[in-house]
Amino acid sequence: MKPFSYERAASPAEAVEAAVARPGARFIAGGTNLLDLMKLGIEAPQHLIDVNRLWLDTIEPTAEGGLRIGALVRNADLAADRRVRRDYAVLARALVSGASGQLRNKATTAGNLMQRTRCPYFYNTDMPCNKRRPGSGCAAIGGLTHNLAVLGVSDACIATHPSDMCVALRALDASVETVGVGGRTRSIPIADFHRLPGDRPDIETALEPGELITAVTLPAPLGGVQLYRKVRERASYAFANVTVALVAREGQMVRLAFGGLAAKPWRVEVAEGGADPDLAADLALAGATPTEDNAYKLPLARRTLKATLAQATEVRS
Amino acid sequence: MIGQGVIGQAISRTDGPIKVTGRAAYSAERQDAGPTLHGYILGAGIGKGRVARIDIAAAEAAPGVRLVWTHENAPEQGPAEGIEGDMMDRTRPELASDRINYYGMPIAFVVAESFEEARAAAGLITVEYEVEAGAFALDGFGPNLNWRRPSQAGDIDKAMREGPVTVEQTYSTPYHFSQPMELHACIADWRDGHLHLYLTAQMVNQLTTGLGKTLRLDPSAISIDSAYVGGGFGSKIVLHCEAVLASLATMALGQPVKLMLTRRQIFTLVGHRPASISRVRLAATPDGRLTALGHDALIQVRTDDAWDEGVSSVGKALYASPNRLTRQAHQALDVQPGEPVRGPGELPGLMVLESAMDELAEKLGIDPVELRLRNDTQIDPDKRLPLSGRRLADCLREGAEQFGWCDRPTIPASRRDGRWLVGYGVASSMRGHYQTSAEVLVRIEPDGLVIVRSDMTDIGTGTHTIVAQVVAEALGVPMSQIKVELAHTKHPKGNGAGGSWGAANTTVAADRACAALRQRIAAVAGTSYNDIFAEVRRHFPDGLEERGRTLDNKDDPNYQTHAQYTYGASFAEVGVDIDTGEVRLRRMLGVFAAGRILNAKTARSQLIGGMIWGVSAALQEAGALDPRHGHWVNGDFAEYLIPTHADIPAIDAIMLEDFDDKANHLGVKGIGELGAGGTGGSVANAVYNATGVRVRDFPITLAKLLPGLPGR
Repeated sequence: MKPFSYERAASPAEAVEAAVARPGARFIAGGTNLLDLMKLGIEAPQHLIDVNRLWLDTIEPTAEGGLRIGALVRNADLAADRRVRRDYAVLARALVSGASGQLRNKATTAGNLMQRTRCPYFYNTDMPCNKRRPGSGCAAIGGLTHNLAVLGVSDACIATHPSDMCVALRALDASVETVGVGGRTRSIPIADFHRLPGDRPDIETALEPGELITAVTLPAPLGGVQLYRKVRERASYAFANVTVALVAREGQMVRLAFGGLAAKPWRVEVAEGGADPDLAADLALAGATPTEDNAYKLPLARRTLKATLAQATEVRS
Repeated sequence: MIGQGVIGQAISRTDGPIKVTGRAAYSAERQDAGPTLHGYILGAGIGKGRVARIDIAAAEAAPGVRLVWTHENAPEQGPAEGIEGDMMDRTRPELASDRINYYGMPIAFVVAESFEEARAAAGLITVEYEVEAGAFALDGFGPNLNWRRPSQAGDIDKAMREGPVTVEQTYSTPYHFSQPMELHACIADWRDGHLHLYLTAQMVNQLTTGLGKTLRLDPSAISIDSAYVGGGFGSKIVLHCEAVLASLATMALGQPVKLMLTRRQIFTLVGHRPASISRVRLAATPDGRLTALGHDALIQVRTDDAWDEGVSSVGKALYASPNRLTRQAHQALDVQPGEPVRGPGELPGLMVLESAMDELAEKLGIDPVELRLRNDTQIDPDKRLPLSGRRLADCLREGAEQFGWCDRPTIPASRRDGRWLVGYGVASSMRGHYQTSAEVLVRIEPDGLVIVRSDMTDIGTGTHTIVAQVVAEALGVPMSQIKVELAHTKHPKGNGAGGSWGAANTTVAADRACAALRQRIAAVAGTSYNDIFAEVRRHFPDGLEERGRTLDNKDDPNYQTHAQYTYGASFAEVGVDIDTGEVRLRRMLGVFAAGRILNAKTARSQLIGGMIWGVSAALQEAGALDPRHGHWVNGDFAEYLIPTHADIPAIDAIMLEDFDDKANHLGVKGIGELGAGGTGGSVANAVYNATGVRVRDFPITLAKLLPGLPGR
């Protein structure tokens, strides 16, 4: 077999130190994505650092009136948390629309942030892929692109980000807390956490080598009606064609983000405060570069937004 | 259960407890051969071309590796026999040349002490390819097609010209994969000049001919044991590479070798249902009598393999029409050979034809159920024989009543339930019933046990149980005293589980064996005995056994005087999200007339399973072939969609009280394929009824519906 070593870290600092000492090391928590990628030969880390025992699995209130979600809080637990359900319904709804009950029991908050794309060409090691082998090319471009990105693409990559949770976090303006080399901590706005592909699609996040996610922080609750609408080709256990994360108040869009359209959650700040979903869709989809296969995502995103806003209005009344 | 009335009862399957507790050992779990070595196949990374250079040095040096084969050093095998050989008997040489005929075709085979070592070593093999341009897409109906399997009556072109009401449309259906839960696996154990295989297979004795020719072994030197099979759906009928490579390796190494394909490999190393393009032509009088029924189907094949999925054949005998033409043409593509996939021919064929019938009903302004009833026939239009057990009309009427068809929205896109557009659809189902030659042995042991032996397999359908039921009834003994031994080449030869013939073949032959046993006992003990075992002890102290047989169709007089089919009608209600085009099934009913039902529970399970296949075909399943590289883009369960539990609400199957005495003396016919039947068509028609959008390129996805959806 492909040999790899394994260690269990006892503290975040120790985990970071171990990762820095062993280039090519990967953190592992729930393993719902990484183990698959290892079995398929897409990832071959030389060293695994198990972070499951770092006690980062609590949800606590912050001094600012928000919530601090430990990196190891399981998706199922986060979705079921009473405070999340009450104050951050868009997040609870996004979480339960993802994966399956079994996977949500294992998958962690940080792991969900770190999910890799489900682009089918990324998954096939016989095909060139700039994410998998930087510089090898992109087989998806010119291929079957039914569920690939229409926004923020580059000549190097047209993959989408598969997470539902991250779309809700983007709408909520969450921050990603990390600890890095030398115990340095920082807080990365979710807006800056995921990167568009550009010419380096293999660099997917703002994390530096060895840097470990310790928590996700939510600001104080926004109130309003919070909806997450996931459009998919079967009723469960499918990646999104398009998703809409919406916080609305009295017919106005307070927060709006789309999923399934790009390599990161697609927040549409310019449309926020408005009440016209068509205008919001125009603003969101300006500059879209669809293929013949995925051009349907443009009208779908527009229609889904209109329906979701209408639903938010109905819920209120 | 004892005595009379056992046949038909809803008895839970006898192997249920050992299956749900994990004690039923499937092929890869068998311990019979002791510890095994493990194989791993390296598949070609291109769609067409040749291996220009392959370097196995690093793999051979990797830990635990016992053997690495490529076309340069693999053992000599029986040569490929090409298109002419019978599908079941053909050789299947592996690693036989540098040619790459399809993506994923084996180009190297590694055997190591563990699966992980074998897989890792395979990853160390470096390959240089010479890539050739391949053909990876069906072109559609060009000129100069070579039409095959024509079935013709009257003059369809003239009838289409005369109309007065006509439908002429083109439909396409994609590649489908069987993808049973249990992966294809083989443990091969070469011991004292005999090859023992623990192989996941739907038919066992049939495989020894082709395997023997490939391995250059006499078939009598090969045993195949397929005790439990976790689903087949046609994909475990023909010989595949896992049996050949594991056998070659155990013969070379003298140790048992296990080879289990991965889920991804099953998308390339096991056949698929070929993609098809259909042109359907229908004409009718204003009162809805068909005057023309035409179905031309273009099917993907390979140049060296012509699995001819009978997509157009369903139109031969479904409805009466004086002018009729059904026929097939082939286009060879550079993908793996096609194979039977559940409902071969009729699943895609009925989905297409019954969509066209729905289009005709709308043009005529006639209710779709009524249109089908008006074109019922008691004579097979193709064979010109009486149809035995033709109860399509009963299925349609009973289904319409039970489903509440009268509540169907008559105007498309006219019913709303919140954000859902709601529609109803109906379609007919029909499936040929085939009988093949089979032999079953029934033995009564004096100590109170009845043993039934057959090489029939139980692929998860409940064969063990129905055979025991029939024997219990025939001999008047409790099921608990009957032991059914199946799925081994040492047992009497039948034709396995496939083509929906296994249940009838096996139970009819078993019942005949029981009749022969009763005669033997009656000859010495009369007929008024109470305890059959006491009579056997008294008169046959060594036990008593008899064999029963079925004949092949072509040798059975009933099959010369009557045409044998099974029938059904499917009714579906769907909701289509008016904003997103997402289609969700709301409820569904299938009504079936398939002869006498042997076990109401296992039969219902199989029929419902088939119906779900129909839903899947209409809405979700499609193998996506990259048109440049010829690889399956969606070769896993994340991307190759099949329904989840959440996609299937409460559905039901009703089996009409039925008995087809022309099929056999038990009145039994097959149901394995029938459930799928026209179900896909009923779902497609319901989508049209809900939305007013007709999608003719299956599956019906939201992207195809969106442009035509009505406004909110």
